[in-house]
Amino acid sequence: MRAPLLLTILLATASTEMPAPEKVIQVTAEKFKFTPAVIELKLGEPVLLELTSLDRKHGFQVPDLKIDESVEAGQITRVRIVPDRVGTFPFHCDVFCGSGHEGMEGEIVVKP
Amino acid sequence: MIEPKGRREFMQLLGLGGVVFASGLAGACSNILRKSGGPEDDFFFVQLSDTHWGFSGPPNPEAANTLRQAVRAVNALPLQPDFIVFTGDLTHTTDDENVRRTRMREFKSIVADLKAPIQHYMPGEHDASLDQGKAFQENFGATHYSFDHKGIHFAVIDNVSDPQAAIGDAQLDWLRADLKPFNAEAPIVIFTHRPLFDLAPQWDWATKDGSKAIDILQHWKNVTVFYGHIHQEHHFRTGAIAHHAAQSLIFPLPAPMSQPKRTPVPWDPTHPRRGLGFREISTDASRLLLTLKEDSLEGVSSAQSAQAMGSY
Repeated sequence: MRAPLLLTILLATASTEMPAPEKVIQVTAEKFKFTPAVIELKLGEPVLLELTSLDRKHGFQVPDLKIDESVEAGQITRVRIVPDRVGTFPFHCDVFCGSGHEGMEGEIVVKP
Repeated sequence: MIEPKGRREFMQLLGLGGVVFASGLAGACSNILRKSGGPEDDFFFVQLSDTHWGFSGPPNPEAANTLRQAVRAVNALPLQPDFIVFTGDLTHTTDDENVRRTRMREFKSIVADLKAPIQHYMPGEHDASLDQGKAFQENFGATHYSFDHKGIHFAVIDNVSDPQAAIGDAQLDWLRADLKPFNAEAPIVIFTHRPLFDLAPQWDWATKDGSKAIDILQHWKNVTVFYGHIHQEHHFRTGAIAHHAAQSLIFPLPAPMSQPKRTPVPWDPTHPRRGLGFREISTDASRLLLTLKEDSLEGVSSAQSAQAMGSY
């Protein structure tokens, strides 16, 4: 198993408690890919992920970071991250969405 | 069906073509020694999993034949099982509802050749997650249910009809009520598709609320879970509960987290059915010991041993 959670993650609902400003990265989900599939972050730099679906309901699960969110068409799901450790953290769609579902994945890469 | 003449012959017949390993709790072993009875008390069943009828691709160029080979292999067993259970992913997923139903009808037609008198089915995510189990129920019936067989209580848990891999509170309530009549020592077997524990969430090898099911099950001392989904033999314990994953009948997948991605093990033309097989589970009069035997489709001589961590 991978290393335990070492990033600070807060959902957008807690945004009033977070320091500003922050970088915003928009992520789209569609059958059967995320764009971008590789999300590069910088150690210590707060970032807000804004996820939306282009077709149907998907999931955005990053088990190593304890992130597990639904991504709906026409809605924005916000996930705030403050990386405090370098590494590669895979994510995948955890809402079974069709014949290519098992390849719908990507990774968050935190660099120094 | 061949009727065994005695317990020794029964066990010998089960052991043909492979090494059988069995273990049990200390109390269970003493019960066996004390209670071991006549052949009418012994029985076994067969677990087949992840047949993925309709799949085509490089991981198994012979996919159109594999299910039929499995049916022939089970029919060729020296004894026929009391029943056969299919632990999900009977068909390979398709976005086309008509194709899905066609695949299910074709699957039923092929397994109709099985000699065993009873078959039990449950869905995998490939069968049920796109339509919440609708086509599966039309073809195979309920997605969760229970039954009793010769002193063992069997319960089928559906952790795939919800596309987010959850069992759901309503089904968990059903499970709790279903098991309530049984005392803490009762032998209980659970069939499900996904692992109930977090085997590898990064590879989607988990059940979202599986820990709730385990919390319920841990009130009984003799619980064994048989599942599929991960396309390989795997044995694990959560407390007193043993969990056993079965090989698939389409293509093997790599060991959990052994490589970056869960891509299928490449097909080997020199061993085209390597990693494909089914499982025989036998028990004796005590009902407190399960013996697992892994059968490979490569041939009867290549059956492998299985440590029965799930013996109870």
